Amino acid sequence: SSYEHKLNFRKSKEACLSYIQDALLQKQWKRAAEFLTCYVESLEKDYSREHIGPSEMIWRIGTEILWHHSQSSMKEFNCFMEQMKTLGVKRYLKVCLEHVFHLLCNGQIDEAYQNLSLAESWRFGEQTAIQDKEMKLIEAYRGLLDYCSWSKQKNILLEHSEDGFSDLAVEQEMHGYFRKAAVNLKEIIKIPGVWDVFVKCYVDLLEFYGDHNEARQVLNEYAYNSKFPANPNAHVYLYQFLKRQGESKKSLISALKILHDIVPSHELMIDFNTMLQKSKKRKKRRLGLEVIFAALDYAGWKDNAKAWSCLARQVKQIVTSEKHLDWIKQEWNSRKDWWPAFHFSRYLAKRNWQENKSLSYEKALVAGILLGKDCKYFKYVSHQGCKAQLKRFRMLKKFVNRHNLVYLRISG
Amino acid sequence: RDFNERCAQCSEVNWGLTDGGRFYCRSCHNVTERTREVVNTDFITNSRVQTISKGLRKQEKNDGGCEWYICEGFQLVLKKQAEALEALGVCPQMKDEILCSFWRCYLQKSKQAYCKRPAGETVKALSACESSTDVDSDPERPSLLHLLSVSESEGDLQTDCSFVSSVSKVSESTSVYSGSVDGSLYLMKNQKEKLKMTMPMTLSFCYMALLWLREPITLSELLRFVVEGHIPYLNVFQHFPEKMKLCGLDLRIFCVESWPVYEEVFNKMHELAAFLDLPRFPDITDSCFLHPDMLCMKYLMEANLPDELHNWTCRVVKKIGIGEVDFLTLMPGNKSTRKVKYDVLAAAVIVVVLKLLFLLDDHYEWLLSEFAEERNKNSAEGGPYFEFKKWYEVVKQSLDMEQKKLDEERAKYLWRCEKPLFYSVKNKSKVLKRRQMVVNLQNQFGKLSGSVRRAEKPNPSSFQLSWSEEKTDGSCFHRHSLKGVLQEKCGLLTAMNPDYWLCTVKLCNEKLCGHLAHYREVEFPQSYHFVLGLFSFLLRIQPSYIHDEVCMIEHKLFNKILYKKLKYNTVLRK
Repeated sequence: SSYEHKLNFRKSKEACLSYIQDALLQKQWKRAAEFLTCYVESLEKDYSREHIGPSEMIWRIGTEILWHHSQSSMKEFNCFMEQMKTLGVKRYLKVCLEHVFHLLCNGQIDEAYQNLSLAESWRFGEQTAIQDKEMKLIEAYRGLLDYCSWSKQKNILLEHSEDGFSDLAVEQEMHGYFRKAAVNLKEIIKIPGVWDVFVKCYVDLLEFYGDHNEARQVLNEYAYNSKFPANPNAHVYLYQFLKRQGESKKSLISALKILHDIVPSHELMIDFNTMLQKSKKRKKRRLGLEVIFAALDYAGWKDNAKAWSCLARQVKQIVTSEKHLDWIKQEWNSRKDWWPAFHFSRYLAKRNWQENKSLSYEKALVAGILLGKDCKYFKYVSHQGCKAQLKRFRMLKKFVNRHNLVYLRISG
Repeated sequence: RDFNERCAQCSEVNWGLTDGGRFYCRSCHNVTERTREVVNTDFITNSRVQTISKGLRKQEKNDGGCEWYICEGFQLVLKKQAEALEALGVCPQMKDEILCSFWRCYLQKSKQAYCKRPAGETVKALSACESSTDVDSDPERPSLLHLLSVSESEGDLQTDCSFVSSVSKVSESTSVYSGSVDGSLYLMKNQKEKLKMTMPMTLSFCYMALLWLREPITLSELLRFVVEGHIPYLNVFQHFPEKMKLCGLDLRIFCVESWPVYEEVFNKMHELAAFLDLPRFPDITDSCFLHPDMLCMKYLMEANLPDELHNWTCRVVKKIGIGEVDFLTLMPGNKSTRKVKYDVLAAAVIVVVLKLLFLLDDHYEWLLSEFAEERNKNSAEGGPYFEFKKWYEVVKQSLDMEQKKLDEERAKYLWRCEKPLFYSVKNKSKVLKRRQMVVNLQNQFGKLSGSVRRAEKPNPSSFQLSWSEEKTDGSCFHRHSLKGVLQEKCGLLTAMNPDYWLCTVKLCNEKLCGHLAHYREVEFPQSYHFVLGLFSFLLRIQPSYIHDEVCMIEHKLFNKILYKKLKYNTVLRK
């Protein structure tokens, strides 16, 4: 700034950093490198009182620049990372880990594995204990790579067995990888955290070797242990496992219930609704309606024909049976002010008709019931449908006409 | 001049140099064998030269270093700075006579050398330094050369012995580490001890010498040259000879990590002048570069303003008496006169003139500009009238560009140098490793920088902004006429603008709050802010300093009116 005539080392480097930041945000890698070159001499100053010291800055900024700069090579990148590892012993494992991530992104699985093994064997006095978390992560990722190797071997084995070979060596190797992987993966998922990829791989291993109990336990822990952060995926994995195991609808439903609570717009809500609709229990059917309405509150579902068909089916069933219209009333109460504009505008009617007749059919049914036969959406679609002489649209028109007064009851 | 042994023949110390570079005694014309080179080593403190030759000083320590004192270090710094100034065109007298003399006087007054009673020592006082108080004997040219020549005597040797031994006693007892002998002592010195030497003070010395010689370099220019690297300051210790090992506490003294501030150097200079008991400095007359009339001309050119404005600046200068010799010339120790910042003063005069002619209230100047624009469109005879709007646009564009460049340069500034610095032997290896890593990283990312970083610094120039007449786009306003803003009244040219607004009605007490006024951007018109900003950039100082001077000038200019108006408690501001 113009008035900073009092310039000293610290202010000059602060200014330098802000130029680097601007350059990075604008993806001007050359310019960022230029300013970083001037910044690095900060390493020779004592910044022990600052929150983030220059060595960390240089590591992070340098990584970004080298990763994106067109003239930078992996060799240079690796060389830089090695230098950064020596810069701060307190960060050693973190730097190792991030280096490994970059190698993986670049497809260098073997190098990544080597780095992980090297890092695993690192010991440095009390730092080893302090950096315990990072160490666990490193072990976990090595376990993950072991899993990848196991997976590869498994595929080879399957191929060979298809061709009629049986390959003992491959099998042995495979088991070896399994053991190595299992040990580390099991360790990391004990710690509260979000470990989706580790859990999936571990469960995959367990299932392959037939240890379904252990798998179930792991997934239950992951989904229901309150110490773990709320994670929709945990419930998804559990649900998928239970499905694979052929569990009862009851346990499947209970697995998905929490998912509905956390993520009402999850794609599995269709499955959920389908199961619930078919249930004999009234409460479950009621929940089903709630679930499908909730899902369709989200913009991402607007054009989902399957979802609309679920809703349409259930609405039809309720209207036909003339029982539980109050369910629809309850659900419609909080939506009647905005769903018409959100789903049933004339513009959408036109578009849906043009793009996806099935979608428009399902929506028209719902619109006709909820808003009456004179609503824009239903009028347009049914008119078009009848003009095109499509049978189901004629049936639709008849149906809605027959139940035309329902909308008055539910909007009352 | 650096040679102060007594003549073998006549025992006088009055040396001159032969053409062959040998010393000869001016009194008896005895030619010595000592040549200039021998004496003019980097280690110049004459008494110590003697001790070296007599082998009394511990020459070599185990690491190839030798004993050295902090003031020797500063002496080296001053020498380097003086040489740089000489390279910039300053006359050689500055280094060889003036600066040297000032320095030695300082050493003597602060009892660091050249006297019988060095600080912290209780040695029987001898008269050598007292006898040389005939400084004022030559009113014409009070050269302090006399001081030096008389102060050396046989007895000095003993002083030096005792000095050396006393200090070495100190260094034995203190456990603090420094490469110099008296580093820790220096830092521990009582604050009451006036004027402990610091790096910024080296610039005060330089400026003082420049002012004495009335060289055409203002303080703001001097400081700018320092920042641009034309005058050694930042890492000047890397030019110390190998034997002078710099470490530990020395770093705190010699390694600066900030640029010197105008105010600090300025104030210290005045303190110094008083401390050294200097007489009245050589007169600043109207033919001197530092005279407001001259400086105004320079700044007007640089600010791309019409030459005609110079008449007005001269009028203002004359009216308020700031062109008087007595006002401008420095009288050290005189507490009643306000210390003159020549550069800031000249800039402020221009600002006042602009306010007189254009009002700068964010309305009137644009109005005048419109009239001038109309006139320029319709007729071109007699040359274009000055249009404030055009000038603003042109200058702002250049200014913004230069400011942006400057900001980037500041962010890219490299503070460290090749010479590694360590506080103690313990962290020497760590420091060296770090240095190596820094160099590696600089190479790695330097290659990715794309453009080649310019290795040499730009040539030093007195003008930061330049405007060329040759450009036909009309971006040079020097020859433009002020007719658009002037009118004739009773045969005199006066401003069309009838109003004026004062920056402040009442001046603060500078001694109490440090400023004459307090500048806050939001309280003043944008045009005023712009003009302050322009000169702030050129002089590399805060706009508030210029604002202070503007207030001072205004109060002098409108003295009578203010007095009357204050009685009725009204404000002139439009």
